Amino acid sequence: MKEVISANQAVSYAVLAAKAQVIAAYPITPQSSIVEMLSGFCARGALNAKFINVESEHSAMAACMSASVAGARTFTATSSQGLALMHEVLHYASGLRLPIVMANVNRALASPFNLKADLTDSLSQRDTGWMQFYCESGQEAFDTIIQAYRIAERILLPVMVNMEGFILSHTYEIVDIPEQKDVDLFLPPCPPRECLDIDNPSMFGSTTDYYINFRYKMHQDMERAKAVCEEIGADFKKIFGRDYGLASSYLCEDADLILVTAGTIAGTCRVVADRARDRGLKVGVLRIRMARPFPGKQICEYLKTAKKIAVIDRDFSPGCGGIFAQEVKAALQGSASHTPVYEFIAGLGGKDVTDKDIEKIIEQTRNTPNPGDSTWIGLLK
Amino acid sequence: MDRSAKIKFPIAEEELMYSGHTACPGCGAALALKYVLKGLGPRTIIVIPPSCVGVIGAGFPLSSLNIPVLRIPFESTAITASGIRAALDVMGKEDINVLAWAGDGGTFDIGLQALSGSAERNDDIIYVCYDNEGYMNTGIQRSSSTPAGAWTTTTPAPHVKDTPKKDIVRIMAAHNIPYIATASIGYPADLIKKVKKAKKIKGTKFILIFSPCPTGWRYSPDLTISIAKLATETGIFPLYEIEDEEKYILSSKKTEKPLRDYFALQGRFRNLSEENFQSLEKRVKKEREYLKRMAG
Amino acid sequence: MKKKYSLKSFDTLPITAISFLTTEGNETGEWRSQRPVLDSEKCSRCGLCWMYCPDNAIQAEGGSFHISYKYCKGCGICAKECPQNAIVIEKEER
Repeated sequence: MKEVISANQAVSYAVLAAKAQVIAAYPITPQSSIVEMLSGFCARGALNAKFINVESEHSAMAACMSASVAGARTFTATSSQGLALMHEVLHYASGLRLPIVMANVNRALASPFNLKADLTDSLSQRDTGWMQFYCESGQEAFDTIIQAYRIAERILLPVMVNMEGFILSHTYEIVDIPEQKDVDLFLPPCPPRECLDIDNPSMFGSTTDYYINFRYKMHQDMERAKAVCEEIGADFKKIFGRDYGLASSYLCEDADLILVTAGTIAGTCRVVADRARDRGLKVGVLRIRMARPFPGKQICEYLKTAKKIAVIDRDFSPGCGGIFAQEVKAALQGSASHTPVYEFIAGLGGKDVTDKDIEKIIEQTRNTPNPGDSTWIGLLK
Repeated sequence: MDRSAKIKFPIAEEELMYSGHTACPGCGAALALKYVLKGLGPRTIIVIPPSCVGVIGAGFPLSSLNIPVLRIPFESTAITASGIRAALDVMGKEDINVLAWAGDGGTFDIGLQALSGSAERNDDIIYVCYDNEGYMNTGIQRSSSTPAGAWTTTTPAPHVKDTPKKDIVRIMAAHNIPYIATASIGYPADLIKKVKKAKKIKGTKFILIFSPCPTGWRYSPDLTISIAKLATETGIFPLYEIEDEEKYILSSKKTEKPLRDYFALQGRFRNLSEENFQSLEKRVKKEREYLKRMAG
Repeated sequence: MKKKYSLKSFDTLPITAISFLTTEGNETGEWRSQRPVLDSEKCSRCGLCWMYCPDNAIQAEGGSFHISYKYCKGCGICAKECPQNAIVIEKEER
């Protein structure tokens, strides 16, 4: 049924539909309404879950972690500072191979203080062993949460579903909320896995010198996740008619210049790409959806016709540059491509990335012979 | 002696802790865990943070415990127990004890926030703090449970710890939880009785277990039980329970032995100044009077 | 304890560090520099040594207590706490 709701609300409806069993969460702007709504579902009995009002995000993830080792389907949501506070426990969650799903509403990290959209928070956690998706609509947020449970429970690694603060979280769009019976068809209850078991006691998370072997198992399963994600996506399309893939390409098949980005900036890029095409410029847009595992091969495939690539990062790794730019460059290097990659940093701290900004990005990329350092859009003169 | 005298087991026979664990000889923490598990029985899940017991639990692929164990982040003992309880409840798994197990480091200091959170929510867990008065696992550094006057590797002489032991029991009492008790490995039957009482109560139960550490307190390992008993007999570690927030039940054991006897046995108090001793004696007296008042 | 896992190969490991054996194979008796010796004649079978042993190295068998030298670390608590002085500490000969 189609509803006009915010992406935050879409996430809450998705967690309801996924029948999460333990929710432990701590509020933080701009995600709080996700957990407020879930708390309401639990209170009214619409969702048969235990809702733990924890005293910090570190505890939120710790509670999800232990509830998950005990066998329950778990959920939490956070942003920025909360995500940073959970950092240590994110490693525990992936190391223990737990299918936890978390919604992260991307927000800039202090200091200085800024509540608005910035992807550095989740990208800073890219080494924690969590799979990561970046959404660009409320519909996609809903769908990705549902898919996330199935992928997580198959691969046995946790999944972080990202969406930009305020731009997505608080924007109202049409979201088609599927029938529960269709969700149940796509997402059965959590399959059995090794859990805390009174009848078969073991110790989980022991000290070990076999550490490198367990990391390799994680590596193997992260690699598997790409194909599994596509397989599950195809299943999703069969039931619900929507498919997102690991990345979504627009007019890339014959493009000379491809804009690469994540999240809602992609939408503006597509509008500008259409205008550019009207002027005779072959511009394409590639939106990265799955960031961990990083689908390097597929991305190189999408980028193969480009003579120039412009990556727009709504994030920044000080001393290095835009994070997606580095990952794209590394992937291209792996495919022996020599296509120059132009790096752009824009939209940090929720600064609006407008069509004019993207036109400037296209123009600069076209007119600059060599990429050089990253270009920052929107600074004061 | 009559060779045909029958064996009397002073406490429950069943062992849930295997031999072969790597605790120091004479370890008080190992005894605390042994006794608590006898009190709770096999339908118990335990969470353990980095600690001496984390190491005693053993490394992969071994375990020294015959119950399910989860090794957890240092700050998170209480909340991970709460998380397991939530999962068991929603999955309809009943009659399972969830045991949160941490040392004084993981309870008084780094784990205090999570403990306060779980206690305030009155989550149905048994939280046991085995108190060896320092961060022993990482090499005998001071904790807020270390008594004033004690040497540790981070309060070396002449700058021995100069602030008193944090009163964790009063902190827990302020959370309005249904059951709090202090216990000691010197009195295993009493300890087990308290554990069995806690087992029957719903909500957050907190038990502080006095667990002397030969390595950290600098005494010969054979004295572990004697020192534990002396702590109670001198009044420096009184045994009592707080039921339903208001009912204070004091142990009937005599607590008037001279405090100097307790300090004299431990190398960590070698630099105990007379000034520190006097203030410790005053504090013990004050607490004795406070508990008498609360017990009515 | 899980029986299906082993350390033989990568594929027989569990997915993460989930223990599947007990510490019973760990002979902590090797640590000793002194050993307790129990005089059964003096023993009143009170069970205090069995209760106070941090390593469960004192077992009841055939109506009496026996010290397991496989695990005994020689801490001496049993000797100290025995009300009958039935346990003496001797140097460990190696």
